[in-house]
Amino acid sequence: MLILECPYCGVKAEETEFHGGGEAHLKRFGPGSSDDEFHGYLFEKVNPKGVHFERWRHANGCGKWFHAARDTVTLEVFGTYPAQTSEPPQDIKDKISAKRPGWSWREFA
Amino acid sequence: MSEPVSALNGASFDGTVAVREAGLQGMITLRGDLSSAKMKKAVKNATGAAIPGTREIAVSRESAAAWMSPDELLLMVPYDTAAEALGKIDAALKGEHYLAVNVSDARAVFEIAGAGVREVIAKLCPVDMAPGAFEPGTIRRTRMAQVAAAFWMVDAETVRVVCFRSVAGYVFGLLCDAAEPGGEVGFFV
Ligand SMILES: [Zn+2]
Repeated sequence: MLILECPYCGVKAEETEFHGGGEAHLKRFGPGSSDDEFHGYLFEKVNPKGVHFERWRHANGCGKWFHAARDTVTLEVFGTYPAQTSEPPQDIKDKISAKRPGWSWREFA
Repeated sequence: MSEPVSALNGASFDGTVAVREAGLQGMITLRGDLSSAKMKKAVKNATGAAIPGTREIAVSRESAAAWMSPDELLLMVPYDTAAEALGKIDAALKGEHYLAVNVSDARAVFEIAGAGVREVIAKLCPVDMAPGAFEPGTIRRTRMAQVAAAFWMVDAETVRVVCFRSVAGYVFGLLCDAAEPGGEVGFFV
C-alpha cells in the first residue's frame, strides 16, 4: 500500500484518497516548439524502476496538487512537497541520496 | 416559494449506532486568503467563530467554520440564515479577491450517534479513527467508500458527515450497512 502525506493539509493517507497525475517536473512544449520537442513532451516519460518523481492530487481531501518522490519498486516515499516548484527541493534530494546513493532521474541527481 | 426539503427527508436507522439524516443545514463555501484580517472579520460576522486552524473546526453555538483547504472554509449556519450570513461576508470582503457561495441545497448531512461511531467511520474511510488520533475539533475530508465526504466528531459518541446531495442515498446506505447489528468489530473497545 502506498501511503502519502499531503504537504498542504498534513493528512497522511493511503493512495485511494489521492489521484495520481503522472510524471512530475515535465517541461512543457507548446506552440512554436518543434515536432520532436512536442512529441517528447507528450510521449517520452521515464517510467523508471526505482527513484521516481510524480504529481499527485489530494482529490478526496483538500484538492491540492503536490509532488511526491518515491521508489516504484518498494513504494517507499522519500518525501512530498508543494507543486509550486520546477525541481525537487534540496532536502528531498538529500533524503534520496542517503537511501539510494548515486541515484539520478532525468537531469536531477 | 417552494418548501425546502433535505435530500432524504430525515431518514433514520437504528443499528449499532443511530444513523439519521440531520436535515437542512445552511452551508457557505468561502475561498480566499485565510490569513487576512478582513477574512477573519467576515467569518466572525457570519458565524461567530474564529478562523479554524489546519484541519480544525471552530464551533460557535449554532454555527461553525471548518477548514477545507489552505484557501477554503466551509461555514455552517442555521439553514434560514444562510442568505443573511452570505450578505455579511460579501459586505466584509468587498473589494477583496474571494469567492463565497451558498451551497446549502447542494449537500446532505448525516449524524451518527452511539458508542460505536469510530468503528462505523473506520469501516468506510481510510482514516485512523483511534482515540487520540482523531478527536472532536478536527474535521477530515476524505473518501467514504466511493464518494467524497467530510466528517467531524461533535463529541466522543457523535459524528457528523457531510456529502454531496446527489450521493445522499448512497452514503445513507453505507452508514446503515456499516452499522448493521452483528457487524461489530470491537477494534476500538
Ligand atoms: Zn491535502
